[in-house]
Amino acid sequence: MAVERVAERAPARPPVWNDPRFRAIFFQALVLALVIGVGAYLVNNTLTNMEKRGIASGFGFLGTTAGFSISTTLVPYTEESTYGRAFLVGLANTLLVSVIGVFFATILGFIVGIARLSRNWLVAKLAAVYIETLRNIPLLLQIFFWYFAVLRNLPSPRQSFILFDIFYLNIRGLNTPAPVFEEGFGWVLLSAVVAVAAAVSIVRWARRRREETGRPFHTVYTSLAILFGLPTLATLLAGSPLHWEYAVLEGFNFQGGMVMSPELVALVFSLSTYTASFIGEIVRAGIMAVNRGQTEAAYAVGLSPGLTLRLVVIPQALRVIIPPLTSQYLNLTKNSSLASAIAYPDLVLVFAGTVLNQTGQAVEIIAITMAVYLTISLLISMFMNWYNRKMALVER
Amino acid sequence: MIRTIFYALTAAATAGLVASAASAGTLDDVKKKGFIQCGVSEGLPGFSAPDTAGNWTGLDVDFCKALAAAVLGDASKVKYSPLSAKVRFTALQSGEIDLLSRNTTWTLVRDTSLGLNFAGVMFYDGQGFMVPKKLGVKSAKELKGASVCVQIGTTTELNMADFFRANKLDYKPVVFEKADETLAAYDTGRCDAFTTDASGLAAYRIKLKDPQGHLILPELISKEPLGPVVRHGDDQWLDVNRWLIYALLEAEELGVDSKNVDEQKKSANPNTKRLLGVEGDMGKNLGLDNDWAVRPIKQVGNYAEIFDRNVGPKTTLGLERGTNALWNKGGLMYSMPIR
Repeated sequence: MAVERVAERAPARPPVWNDPRFRAIFFQALVLALVIGVGAYLVNNTLTNMEKRGIASGFGFLGTTAGFSISTTLVPYTEESTYGRAFLVGLANTLLVSVIGVFFATILGFIVGIARLSRNWLVAKLAAVYIETLRNIPLLLQIFFWYFAVLRNLPSPRQSFILFDIFYLNIRGLNTPAPVFEEGFGWVLLSAVVAVAAAVSIVRWARRRREETGRPFHTVYTSLAILFGLPTLATLLAGSPLHWEYAVLEGFNFQGGMVMSPELVALVFSLSTYTASFIGEIVRAGIMAVNRGQTEAAYAVGLSPGLTLRLVVIPQALRVIIPPLTSQYLNLTKNSSLASAIAYPDLVLVFAGTVLNQTGQAVEIIAITMAVYLTISLLISMFMNWYNRKMALVER
Repeated sequence: MIRTIFYALTAAATAGLVASAASAGTLDDVKKKGFIQCGVSEGLPGFSAPDTAGNWTGLDVDFCKALAAAVLGDASKVKYSPLSAKVRFTALQSGEIDLLSRNTTWTLVRDTSLGLNFAGVMFYDGQGFMVPKKLGVKSAKELKGASVCVQIGTTTELNMADFFRANKLDYKPVVFEKADETLAAYDTGRCDAFTTDASGLAAYRIKLKDPQGHLILPELISKEPLGPVVRHGDDQWLDVNRWLIYALLEAEELGVDSKNVDEQKKSANPNTKRLLGVEGDMGKNLGLDNDWAVRPIKQVGNYAEIFDRNVGPKTTLGLERGTNALWNKGGLMYSMPIR
């Protein structure tokens, strides 16, 4: 009502400085210009000052020989490699920790979240205690706890705990046999790819058939059989082109085989248990957001509790779960930068640490590091948004 | 997105802004504010560490005090910024500190591309290794396959890589951000060896659970000249720092110390007269007064006194003068002529 009357009463256009549309555009433009102006001033000021002081700038340092060594490397790296290569090593290590961390955090988080809703009193309370304890203690303390208090108490290499005669657990890490690939291993890989493709198409076919005819199919057992059976068969046919190199105690340390460093173990463990406590609450919230009537309806048509959870509750809960889950994945990735506290050579330790110190080019290196974390976060966000759209309610 | 980039730029540029504010000339800045902001380590006994009463002591700290005495007339007018190896140069570049006196090795790259200048050498050091005695290692060349604990961002990290590469030994560096964590990891057995400057090894060994159970290996694998660092392009401040080191050395050479400095003013030796400002205008040339060397010697002591008090044979570190003796006593310490 009021709006209409004002419109009727004001046929004359207000002067331009009182026109709300003009003012809105004017002030937005002003703010934007200010932001850009201040930004340009700061950049210019930094560059001028650095030049005046004779501080080297630019990205030429990435091509210079690094000269230091890194303990855990996924990409080939020696002391003669460049700083650019050291950056890649750090990036790969960050991604490794993030991926493993996200994997375990998701599994553990779903288990804990569902357990907290369990009708079994003990299970529910244990899950509650787990969540409330872990998510209320700062992550850095938890990392220190696992690294300094728990893993530090493992024995020296000569007194390792030995599991199955091939795994050696000691203060230097977990020594495991390393796979050595021989000629013919390509066939095994090929068969694995075929097996995955076959399993995927079986799952799709089974779902279509269930939707059309309502007849269930044992997709899990069939897929498992294919996934394990086919590569095993290929291995036997190609004459076992894979053997294991075992770790042997030589000098102070184990030589050969693979090592999972205690730094990596402590970091993955603390990151995933910590994040899992948050994911657990997200999962619980998601499940509780699904109307009770849905479960009752599923029971009414004769679905078992397990099937109800898998086919009715979780698909609907996922719509609530995915957006906050994304932020947890982002948190985990960003938190992985705490690695530098316990000597795990991640991007922050190697690049924003050693490289920064050796070259002294703080502005460039911090800018690159921030850009990398921003990019990783945006990529995870994009992927999760895509997945969220896929899971969103499709109206039929 | 735009906002994030903006924040990033602001953060990056703040360093530049601070620097521009402090660039007037450090000597004038220091005189105006009335104290010296001195960058020191986070705790390296003998060089810079707080004592039981919480006062900073050590060889590096004494240089800060001597500088305050020379410039401001009072050795106590120093404020300390404990800095990790990683942030020390940024702190100096950005003007947060006036002087970095923190067991820092003089290298070409640091001198040139970091926008810094080294004023001189207060301590000639070399990198060594420490191992638990029960390991049975007698030489660094036996460290094949060893895990070595090291602090990040130091020349130590590079020297170690060079040493193992030159001797064709493989090794695993375990790199920590803080000295205390590095030492804790070594103490609990995460590493077979611990490496840092030899003077540091002696200092850190005291902190271990069982100091007697550890051996410092005989090899020194590098040259580590340690000294105070100032910003590039501030020649006056650089001169003050450089000549203060020489003054402390010259005082030792001439036999001037904190106890006899007043009597020595009456000395007939023209070198002593010039050093103590009785003859000539040495202090004025540096932008100070002619008592510029008297005050630090009186309040802090000459180089020998500083050395003996902090790291000498009677301290817990128990280091001999060795390469740090005066040039005429078989060492490398040599003062340019003060005239």
